[in-house]
Amino acid sequence: MSTDNRSDAVPPDGTDVAQLRSRIEELEAELASLQDDEGDGRKKMTIIATKGTLDMAYPPLILASTAAAFGWEVIVFHTFWGLDILHEEKSEDLQLSSVGNPNMPVPNALAALPGMDLLTTRMMNRRIAENGTATIRELIDVSIESGVHLQACQMTADLMDYEDDDFYEGVEVGVGAATALKHMGEADIQLLV
Amino acid sequence: MTDDITVSERVDATGQTCPMPVIEAKAGVDRLSSGQVLEVLATDKGSVSDIEGWAAATAGVELLDQAETEADGERVYTHYVKRTE
Repeated sequence: MSTDNRSDAVPPDGTDVAQLRSRIEELEAELASLQDDEGDGRKKMTIIATKGTLDMAYPPLILASTAAAFGWEVIVFHTFWGLDILHEEKSEDLQLSSVGNPNMPVPNALAALPGMDLLTTRMMNRRIAENGTATIRELIDVSIESGVHLQACQMTADLMDYEDDDFYEGVEVGVGAATALKHMGEADIQLLV
Repeated sequence: MTDDITVSERVDATGQTCPMPVIEAKAGVDRLSSGQVLEVLATDKGSVSDIEGWAAATAGVELLDQAETEADGERVYTHYVKRTE
């Protein structure tokens, strides 16, 4: 048997080398397709943001922008009041909800009084400024700049009469539950806020 | 150890809170070439754990050192982050 003619060589046990080669090619193709499905190996996080109060607007945006700094792929799917975070006008004026919130500096009976949310929100905004905490607007800008996908649920946007151009530039519109589920299925981390 | 480190770029995240020191560090590292070191200044106490966690979990980033100093009665946390790829 000549050594420079290995491709036609038949091993002692009679295994067909050509057959093995084609099997290796098959497996390599399968592996490549699996690796494609895995994407670039980056972690993926999907957050569903459903709340639009000032305090509940922070966690999704802080986690999203930080995860982007980790190099993760991040999708934040905003639905119901979570849409207000992406609404250019409304996001500048998110309120705290004093009633039923045990962390508020006022008891519930007072919290229900007109103007109380305005007062506690003003206090909170002052604390945010004094503390050097980023504003919602800043976190949205950072998120979009760093490649976070901020998505606005189409059904609830229609429900609330929000137009596409009510949202910040860069917000992805025309998405629904199936899109959210697709991303959740692919994600390493899924959060509902 | 900090004496041996050659810093190529510096970002100042003093006065900013979570998550900004990490966000600023990431933006700073992106401006470096492989092998260069970024110095991150922060006053956020949480930045010590946060930058350590970020560097450990992020490809292409290595935390070389962290130092704590006091300037004008305020604690300043200095982080040295190397871009490795």
